[in-house]
Amino acid sequence: MILVTVGMQLGFDRLIRAMDDLAPQLAAPVIAQIGKGTYQPRHMDTRVKIAPAEFERLVEQSQMIVSHAGIGTVLTAARFVKPIVLVPRRAALNEHRNDHQLATVRNLEGRPGILVAHDEGELSERIAQAGALPAWSASQSPTAVQLHQALARFIEGNAA
Amino acid sequence: MGKHGIKVLAAASGGGHWEQLMLLRPTLERYDVRFATTEPALAEQRGIAGAHRLPDCNQNMPLRSLQCALVALRLVIRHRPDVVVSTGAAPGFFCILAGRLTGARTLWIDSVANGEALSMCGKLSKTFAHQCWSQWEDVAAETGARYFGAVL
Repeated sequence: MILVTVGMQLGFDRLIRAMDDLAPQLAAPVIAQIGKGTYQPRHMDTRVKIAPAEFERLVEQSQMIVSHAGIGTVLTAARFVKPIVLVPRRAALNEHRNDHQLATVRNLEGRPGILVAHDEGELSERIAQAGALPAWSASQSPTAVQLHQALARFIEGNAA
Repeated sequence: MGKHGIKVLAAASGGGHWEQLMLLRPTLERYDVRFATTEPALAEQRGIAGAHRLPDCNQNMPLRSLQCALVALRLVIRHRPDVVVSTGAAPGFFCILAGRLTGARTLWIDSVANGEALSMCGKLSKTFAHQCWSQWEDVAAETGARYFGAVL
């Protein structure tokens, strides 16, 4: 199962519509949390909101997550060691107040388990790539290794 | 228990802050670590027994903040950690302040969600914590925080 989420605050019809178009070609069923969006999907199991405990259960059961570039979802994906495909919201399309999600994907792109579809046209390819990822874990990312090592040095009282 | 017997208090609010603390858990658990959070039920879900409860608060809640500061102070006086670490938010910052008063070494790790500027508590931590780290290189460069990687 592929879990699509746009977060709790804003709709993201561009992502939901693109996933709905792709869904019939995908090997796995798709569950989509659409938030305050107005587009009504026809090929996906659709929820407006998903409570946190239920969301975790679905993440655990999923094979990948497709999401707006919200850090909370990225962290949950990392905890359950699931690949995540991020589509950034754009202020110019009224998808968010500003373009901070573009900054988020610029910084996260290339980290283990994180793929970026800069626009909906790249979605299908990124989903295929995410499905083919070898086993990975967020703790193996070079930046995470660096942070763990620095934290240990700080705790042990050695100059960071 | 714990390598070197170093006592660590690791504090974070529920939600994304707690998620980030949990991603640091393998390193934290090499020491004698205690966790403090606004939602101990979340800690229990992860198999952490005896996590301390901090009242939730933010900068718009002066009375709750005062209450949280007192709880943090009592916690720190009782356990006398050598090190206090927080990934946010305000309740974790109060643990860091309390740690300063009891002579602990204190570390603020600003949330990875703050990709463009430090959080309010992050800015305060540049003054009040021994070290303030951003998880974003650009933010660190702009604010004078330090950068040593990220949870992701």
